[in-house]
Amino acid sequence: MIDTQGGGALLLIALMALVTLLVRFGGVWLMSLIPMGRRVEGFINAMAGSVLVAVLVPVAVKADVAGQLALLATAGLMLLFRRPMPAIATGILVAALVRAL
Amino acid sequence: MIAPELSLAACRQGFWRLLPISLFVGVFGAAYGLAAVQAGLPGHEIVLMSATVFAGTAQFAALEMWGAEVPVLPLLATTLAINARMLLMGATLYPWMARLPPGRRYGSLVLLSDANWAMTLNDLQSGRNTLGALVGGGLALWLTWLAGTILGMLSGSAITDPKALGVDMVMGCFMLSMVLAGRRSSRTVIAWTVGGAAAYAAYLWLPENSHVVVGALAGGLVGALWLEEKQ
Repeated sequence: MIDTQGGGALLLIALMALVTLLVRFGGVWLMSLIPMGRRVEGFINAMAGSVLVAVLVPVAVKADVAGQLALLATAGLMLLFRRPMPAIATGILVAALVRAL
Repeated sequence: MIAPELSLAACRQGFWRLLPISLFVGVFGAAYGLAAVQAGLPGHEIVLMSATVFAGTAQFAALEMWGAEVPVLPLLATTLAINARMLLMGATLYPWMARLPPGRRYGSLVLLSDANWAMTLNDLQSGRNTLGALVGGGLALWLTWLAGTILGMLSGSAITDPKALGVDMVMGCFMLSMVLAGRRSSRTVIAWTVGGAAAYAAYLWLPENSHVVVGALAGGLVGALWLEEKQ
């Protein structure tokens, strides 16, 4: 337990910042210790998209119908035109419109 | 192999490319500023946390634990668990980062977060050998996160319902567009499916905040076991 009166809160914030900075650096640093081979490369490449998908799964599951329609709209436009900004904008618009109904 | 570009021009371009999405991040910053005031943090601490930690989900989680006394290890363990995905994000950039001298390599990671990482990886994988989106885009995200925090503190509940505007879906739509903008092969689609299924299982049955790491590692494993054809 740290008391948040006095300097305690600043110490807590500094520790949080330090932990976060270490994980920002940590991935690249850890990889620099591992010799690059075909399996490591395959692992990294497949992990890249999987991070995004893993972030998205609970977002999609937790979202309301409007949110899920927003994701569907974004996915559809991306598959058709491959242009991120219009696809994102349409997704947000769909969520806002469905909720306004 | 040439080192990825890190010029001022590239960073400036990255800044403008990420500014639109950053403005939405600013809305979350405002929500954080407001929530932090309500949790009883003094102004300078709120600003300092947004400026130095710069990780929204972890900052919101910290507010839940904040009080007259704060349990240090649980706070840091939660911060670590939520931000562990940054370890994986950093690792995915390593093949390009390896070509930079250590100062530039780690310096460009200081503002690593979800949106600028996703766009950077997309650039690198599609042959644009630049870290402009990481550094310039990181700066755009950091500035709007900070400005949003301050606005939220000052204006109280100016944005009463970000959900009505669809703002809560911005990050989801952005991440999804980045998934689909990248190269696809049957191998990556299988990896994503396995990763997504593992993430969902972890979300249901494993401790909170573990789903990203579990899903990403499961997807990565597919890539390690099923190698790309030699070119």
